Amino acid sequence: MTAQSETLALDKPRSPRRPAARRSNFELYSWVFMRISGLALVVLVLGHLFIMNILDGGVHRLNFAFVAGRWASPFWQFWDLAMLWLAQLHGGNGLRTIIDDYARRDSTRFWLKMLLYVSMVLILFVGTLVIFTFDPDIPAS
Amino acid sequence: MSTTASTAGEAGASDRAGASRRTGTFYRGDPGMWSWVLHRITGVLTFFFLFVHVLDTALVRVSPNAYDEVIETYKNPVVNLLEVALVGAVLYHALNGIRVLLVDFWSRGTQFQRPMLWTIIGVWVLVMVPGTYFMLERTVSELFGGGN
Ligand code: HEM
Ligand code: HEM
Repeated sequence: MTAQSETLALDKPRSPRRPAARRSNFELYSWVFMRISGLALVVLVLGHLFIMNILDGGVHRLNFAFVAGRWASPFWQFWDLAMLWLAQLHGGNGLRTIIDDYARRDSTRFWLKMLLYVSMVLILFVGTLVIFTFDPDIPAS
Repeated sequence: MSTTASTAGEAGASDRAGASRRTGTFYRGDPGMWSWVLHRITGVLTFFFLFVHVLDTALVRVSPNAYDEVIETYKNPVVNLLEVALVGAVLYHALNGIRVLLVDFWSRGTQFQRPMLWTIIGVWVLVMVPGTYFMLERTVSELFGGGN
């Protein structure tokens, strides 16, 4: 808002040519992304929670063999991969907004965002690697 | 400073007592604001859980034993309760997220934002009651049921 009113406060507001406001549409795209990814996450995450916590035995049946059984199927590999990326980008983008809202000093804001981005890259990298390199025959210990 | 404060105060007092509170021009303190606060808190909570969760899942690349050991903590009674809380948080965030979507994209969404809030709270309760039962059933019977 501020940026816009500053751009409009020109010496000659009606002159035929003025420099195009150099704004990017990033915030618009991220707003749209939050909504589309949210919709997909309803199915992905609530489905995941239902399977893991409620379906036959819930958490009590979870172990390595269970995961090996699931990741034998490309369907669940893809499910988990999509959930990983969408949840991480959606949550990360949400946190970016929250940092912008509450960080008071530019340096605080900068470092909190660096911490956020580094953790996002780390989690996306590790999570993706684990799905693609999963080995059901890995030695027991 | 003091002028601004007192004006805002008076405006607030009269508006709050008068019509504009009822017609919904006040956001602050409105259930709509609290629904947003909760949406924010549950979103952050889930994000932090996801951080730990991807790392604990990554233990499948270390060894089956390492993974099984960590996954045992999910079956601990106290952690089991935390899982109910996590599911409750994610469910609220998801339902309220759908409500936000309807407010943004449905032509009459704003008009119905409040009834929609009561609706999602109703749905939340309806899902969480049986959900909590199934999630805790085994833990409770092992703790108090004498166990088999
Ligand atoms: C207490 C609740 C939860 C339990 C018991 C649970 C359990 C599991 C298990 C057993 C896996 C292994 C892979 C598989 O079998 O599909 C997994 C993977 C995964 N879960 Fe969950 N989960 C829970 C909550 C969540 C939530 C709330 C999210 C999203 C925000 C989530 C996101 C993921 C992702 C992204 C993966 C894939 C990890 C990777 O790429 O290495 N989980 N979960
Ligand atoms: C389950 C389905 C989900 C839906 C329908 C959903 C929907 C939404 C929507 C529409 C917003 C934007 C709110 C706004 O602009 O006012 C949002 C924000 C957010 N979401 Fe989600 N989301 C879901 C899952 C998740 C998950 C799994 C996480 C964590 C990894 C998450 C973390 C966040 C955060 C941190 C915000 C920012 C909150 C704020 O700025 O106040 N969400 N969500």
